[in-house]
Amino acid sequence: MRFNRMPMDSEAARLARAPAQHAEGAPVIELAAVEKTYPSGTRALAPIDLVIRGREFVTLLGPSGCGKSTLLRLAAGLDAPSAGRLRWWGQGFETVGRPGQHLAMVFQQATLMPWARVAANVRLPLDLARVARPAADRAVAAALELVGLAPFAASYPRELSGGMQMRVSIARAFVTDPDLLLMDEPFGALDEITRAKLDADLAALWGTRALTVAFVTHSIYEAVFLSTRVVVLSARPGRVVAEVAIGEPFPRTDAFRLSQRFAAFCAELGGLLASAAET
Amino acid sequence: MAPESSRASLARYAAPVIIGVAVLALWQALVVAYDVPKYIVPSPLAVAQTLVADWALLGRSLAVTLRMTLIAFAVAVVLGTLIAFVFVQSRWLEASLFPYAVLLQVTPIVAIAPLVIIWVENVEVALTICAVIVAIFPIISNTTLGLRAVDPGLADLFRMHRASRLQTLVRLRVPSAAPYFFGGLRISSGLALIGVVVAEFVAGTGGHAAGLAYQILLAGFQLNIPRLFAALVLITLTGVALFLAMVWLARLALGRWHESELTR
Repeated sequence: MRFNRMPMDSEAARLARAPAQHAEGAPVIELAAVEKTYPSGTRALAPIDLVIRGREFVTLLGPSGCGKSTLLRLAAGLDAPSAGRLRWWGQGFETVGRPGQHLAMVFQQATLMPWARVAANVRLPLDLARVARPAADRAVAAALELVGLAPFAASYPRELSGGMQMRVSIARAFVTDPDLLLMDEPFGALDEITRAKLDADLAALWGTRALTVAFVTHSIYEAVFLSTRVVVLSARPGRVVAEVAIGEPFPRTDAFRLSQRFAAFCAELGGLLASAAET
Repeated sequence: MAPESSRASLARYAAPVIIGVAVLALWQALVVAYDVPKYIVPSPLAVAQTLVADWALLGRSLAVTLRMTLIAFAVAVVLGTLIAFVFVQSRWLEASLFPYAVLLQVTPIVAIAPLVIIWVENVEVALTICAVIVAIFPIISNTTLGLRAVDPGLADLFRMHRASRLQTLVRLRVPSAAPYFFGGLRISSGLALIGVVVAEFVAGTGGHAAGLAYQILLAGFQLNIPRLFAALVLITLTGVALFLAMVWLARLALGRWHESELTR
């Protein structure tokens, strides 16, 4: 049950893989003085400045209700900021979806269509984009292979465990071969063992492709294990209180989890998070 | 699978049958023992005999009632679904029209039926219209509810992938509504039958277009109580058959994915 490397000549890889116009390190998403206040008066985000660059794995870490999810919804174009400006690849949201500028999101819940089989669920983004069926089916097969669920293509979501449903959700995100992947506490509802496993698989997967990830979690361990950079947010209204680069090479394995360096990063972030929760 | 499930299915199917047979036997025994006259309470056997003896008459009436019920049900389903689709197009539209659907629902059919019968010359059409009025509301309200009962996460997903209005309707709203729709069908099928019967009581049709309700009325006047019971049995059986057909249809459509159709 590991994420397998996607064959590079696959249809999915070809589909969206236009000449990469975002060089490594170029800003993929930029937030300038972004604020969000809900109509109810809840102030979710204080002015936030944040730049996420190509090939980064950035984790947004913060106490519950600090506006992490709100931030991700803004990044996904699902909500508009009350003030400030967001840029995707240096442009407005309308350019998202162009070749080399694909965006995908994994939600807290698997968010699958209960009436559709696993394969149809994974195919959804391609169906909505009106990708021809044979090409779409090849991409779906490759994506399911990637998350180790190929034998379950004909199953219904309710026939799968929570962890497997989440894998389907990840396969659905990868089927479009995204350039920017937003993940909102994707493994929060899973048990610790499954979560560690999926984290390891995700890290391995990220290592094999030109993918930028913005990942939301409240788990320090998850943040340290996965990220190239951790952004610590304060309690509501959320603002950036610290950024910590995790300068640990990939691939990361269980050995890293048990290392002194891992513990040191966790301690540092733990301290930052504690002070963030107070302010 | 075993004893557990076979015992469960025994309880589900055999138990009600045993109760039914026992009640009929008791009924038969009491009527015979106390020598109750047929024109007050006929025995189950007498009812069965009448059913066979009067089949030419009752069968024809059953066909009439059944035809009106099925037409009314079909019209209610098609029309109700269309109205629901119109409702979900905008909150504004729903807010302005829904009260009138409720109005239709809360007005007793017995009160409207005489008007409809006056306005519509063909009695059979008039009765069918009455039945549609009764049967359409569950379809409208359930389907509207279902079309709106979309998982917000999935709605976000569709929005993020820039799904068109039509794609969202066909791929998200309609499947989400299906369990609600089939729930509506179940209620509506029974109501269509009730609508036809009640309207016929009010209209009092006769001649060749006489339905089962007319047979009941007539049998009542003539104190032909066994025939009254026989007609009643036919109406009940029709209702049960409609209900079972709807259950079967829902299972066929939702079978593998929806909770309501599992673990049965």
